[in-house]
Amino acid sequence: MSTYSTNQFKGGLKILLDGDPYTIVENEFVKPGKGQAFNRVKVRNLKNGRVVERTFKSNETVEAADVQELELQYLYNDGEFWHFMEPKTYEQYTADATAMEAAVDWIKEEDTCTVILYNAAPLSVEPPNFVELLVTETDPGVRGDTSGGGGKPATLETGAVVRVPLFINIGDKLKVDTRSREYVSRA
Amino acid sequence: MSRRGPGSRPWRPAAGMAALKFRAELLAGIRVFFATRGVLEVTTPVLAASGATDPQIESFLLEDAQGPGWLQSSPEFHMKRLLAAGSGAIYQLGPAFRQEEQGRWHNREFTLLEWYRPDFDHHRLMDEVQALWTALVPEVAPNWPRYRYAQLFADALQLDISHCDTAALRAALHNSLGELPSDLDRSGLLDAAMGLLIGPQLGQDTPCFVYDYPAEQAALAQVRDGQWASRFELYWQGIELANGFHELRDASEQRRRFGADLQARKAQGKAAVKADEALLAALEHGLPDCAGVALGVDRWCALLLGADELAAVLAFPADRA
Repeated sequence: MSTYSTNQFKGGLKILLDGDPYTIVENEFVKPGKGQAFNRVKVRNLKNGRVVERTFKSNETVEAADVQELELQYLYNDGEFWHFMEPKTYEQYTADATAMEAAVDWIKEEDTCTVILYNAAPLSVEPPNFVELLVTETDPGVRGDTSGGGGKPATLETGAVVRVPLFINIGDKLKVDTRSREYVSRA
Repeated sequence: MSRRGPGSRPWRPAAGMAALKFRAELLAGIRVFFATRGVLEVTTPVLAASGATDPQIESFLLEDAQGPGWLQSSPEFHMKRLLAAGSGAIYQLGPAFRQEEQGRWHNREFTLLEWYRPDFDHHRLMDEVQALWTALVPEVAPNWPRYRYAQLFADALQLDISHCDTAALRAALHNSLGELPSDLDRSGLLDAAMGLLIGPQLGQDTPCFVYDYPAEQAALAQVRDGQWASRFELYWQGIELANGFHELRDASEQRRRFGADLQARKAQGKAAVKADEALLAALEHGLPDCAGVALGVDRWCALLLGADELAAVLAFPADRA
């Protein structure tokens, strides 16, 4: 089991707190001229994304979290789990619905995703920031309207629903920003 | 673009030339201020046969055929020996070293301005700190507030620290700071409150002083009524800039504090340090009634320039030194 001392703290370091893996967002060394030294850190819980502040006495040690970040290719969904593969080693990984929360609406087979592994199992799957997806369902397009004003819902091939301009038709390929869940353009 | 291999240090200074020029002007201004007031500049050893016993300060320890030598974390003890020998008012501008203090506002080697005034108490020395500042930086507003330490705790946490116990202090801090290390003692909790909660709010407009610290935070100050230490600190823009004392003169009390320090170091598994017997001998001979203060010159300079880190005014901070 490896540990880090507070003087190794820096942004991006993965540590274990109360049994959960966290990443350090910010670290500040605070020491009164006379008195106890502290490291005041902002940490993000890698399971639920919540950011909290924690205070450590300087020189305390904290357990390291076995966390890796990999670029994996999405293979298929078997109805319960999502399967991914490391493209160079062909090693396969299985993500459950919780890990898929951010990605499930956006990814298609063969897309590449950033996967956070915790103790060698996928903890969370990040979709690419932009994806290109076909429209499978929407009200008929309004010819000549290219203003983008107003808009209507459209269902995409992955099942996600986004607001699109009125001129979009079934079968159009759209570019979508997965962070804001917003239509960007026709692809 | 500078070429950097992995792990190599950039050869260029961190501070810009304009900042280094400002720094030089500040140092020159400090010397003029004290010369005008008849305060003698002194130079005391940076490497000496004893180190800081304070459990919260780690001196660097070196060694050669003459024996161990500690890099000084402050020139305090040597300057007090000069005072006991009859130097009168003295100041020193020079380097101080502290292990494992590294961050935005810390560098393991830093520049201290330290001065001592016979016949001053801590309030009169606060006046002179303000006079120095105004002489060098005339645009700062006058009438700096002075807050009693206990008053700040009453205002920020609705706590009477002269009576509340450790559990009440911990509970009050938990609301504002979240979970704190479970093994912090009362003094550690007070440090957390000042360092993380109260201090960062202080001196947002003009600089301000905090004075009358609890006895357990006396360090080298006199303690009145067994409860309040005649100690002060200067804050500006949430950063602690200076620490001063109405100096302890009682040799037996100083010996007791050294002993308590060394015991605390042992309990915390920290390295033993040789306490300064020469200081004790000087106190036994007699230290004049005096007040002294140490001001972090790098921090002062950085804040005056509106910088948000020490490296802005250091030619070569630790990662380039």
